[in-house]
Amino acid sequence: MIGRGGLWIVRAVGIGILAYAVFGPLANLLIWSFAEAWFWPNKLPSQWGFRFWDYVFRPTGRAMEALTLSIVIALLTVALSLAVAVPAGYALARGRLPWRPLIMLAFLLPQAFPSLPVYINVARIFYGFGLNGTVAGVVLVHASHGLVFAVWIATAAFAAVDRELEQAARNLGASALRSFATVTLPLATPGLIASAIFVFLESLDEFTGSFFVGAPEVRTLPLEMFTASMGGNYQISSITALILLVPSIGFMLVVERFLKGEVLAKVGA
Amino acid sequence: MTASSRLLHFLLVAPALAIVALLFVYPLGYSVATAFQDRAGAWTLANFATAWSFYARDIGFTALIVLLCTALIGAVAVAIGGYLVLGTTRWAVAALAWLYRWPLFVPFIIAAQCMRTFLAKNGMMNNSLIALGVMPPEAAQGFLDWRGIVVTFVWKQAPFATLMVAGAMAALDRGTIDAARNLGASRLRILLEIVVPQVRPTLMVALILSCVTMMSVLSVPLMLSGQSPTMMTVQMAYRINQHGDYGVANALGLISYLMTAAVAWVYLRETMRERGAVP
Repeated sequence: MIGRGGLWIVRAVGIGILAYAVFGPLANLLIWSFAEAWFWPNKLPSQWGFRFWDYVFRPTGRAMEALTLSIVIALLTVALSLAVAVPAGYALARGRLPWRPLIMLAFLLPQAFPSLPVYINVARIFYGFGLNGTVAGVVLVHASHGLVFAVWIATAAFAAVDRELEQAARNLGASALRSFATVTLPLATPGLIASAIFVFLESLDEFTGSFFVGAPEVRTLPLEMFTASMGGNYQISSITALILLVPSIGFMLVVERFLKGEVLAKVGA
Repeated sequence: MTASSRLLHFLLVAPALAIVALLFVYPLGYSVATAFQDRAGAWTLANFATAWSFYARDIGFTALIVLLCTALIGAVAVAIGGYLVLGTTRWAVAALAWLYRWPLFVPFIIAAQCMRTFLAKNGMMNNSLIALGVMPPEAAQGFLDWRGIVVTFVWKQAPFATLMVAGAMAALDRGTIDAARNLGASRLRILLEIVVPQVRPTLMVALILSCVTMMSVLSVPLMLSGQSPTMMTVQMAYRINQHGDYGVANALGLISYLMTAAVAWVYLRETMRERGAVP
């Protein structure tokens, strides 16, 4: 038998190994971003510094240009996705639709098929419309994917709003639009913010769709990172990866504040 | 409910439906049709013959990698979720809950970049093992091949499956668990015989979603393994970028749809059978 102390050590070692597995790869990324010189067989860089950070953050640098472009694309994607997902989510949550299960199924489809072959054909179709290599084309591709999450989360967020509150506003004489704008929408806002952040991150980090539809004219940050990495420029690619990582980790830490249990429980319902 | 309110609600859904139809359903149908056409547009099965003769090994490789990763992701999700529900050491449960979800929102392309350096021959993994004395320096080998792909997929996707599974486990009725515990059942037995069967639907959905996701990722196989055989996504991109060959690329695409459809079908059949058994 292992004693109490022995068990404590087993647990501590287990958690330690897991922590290493989770953070080791991220730590390696961090080290590379500060490595000015790192040659085999050195275990750590022989020279540390901010030289490559200066290079990346130079106002004229390509990475800054790509970051701005990626943020613009992500914001446009959020605007388009929410503009169609909020009305759709409301209608689906209030459930007065013929063929509602079929419509919900349509919003599940993009999750049920591998997306890469679809992107290849989107790129081919866009080519005919002159949308290939344009910001509008990339926004449409990102929105087609982000929209699905936005509809699901918006539906759940509206479904979690108590219908009687809406009814009370109507009984007090508010119009349908007014009760929606002053009662339903504010109550659903945390869920909608969560879906907006989610769509924003999906777009910011999206690679495959941008690769086929956007490249080489529209160079988003993930595409720049990929090019730098494949070219063996690990410092630049690591720093770019870190820039992309900050919003993702930030969202992971706050997601539960926006996506409450009662909303999550209604996803897919 | 009036017909006009129905129409209104339908109009509210219509724009979102239109985007899915135009940017997903139409290209999907287009890809299926193109798979059966030659460059001149005549119907043919030649694309499949070419795809099979050139890429049969890649198709098999993809199936094996995805199945292996799915099994590992399921095992990790059940193990971590199980400890979170059944663990009695409070600090260990809290540490685990805090730890496991970090890779959740790390994009695949960044996970690939991390692993590209971490798993290299001179990467942090080997260096740490050597520094700890676990492994002699000459035993160090790079993992930048199929193993790198597997490690990256599991690292990135297991937290997602764990989040879903742990959520379902936390919502279970504690009564049966406590009863089994009072009867002296071991925690492993409670996990496998009481907890896992009840969260099986959630686990299956998490694994199917992971499967589809892994079948769609291009960056991970591109960045983690330059070897052959590789995953079908890489070969599809190659057919397009090097040859402009939509026929063979779409034939591979259709095969990848069928592979995920097979997984979904197994799941659906099982769900139906379970529902049939319970009146």
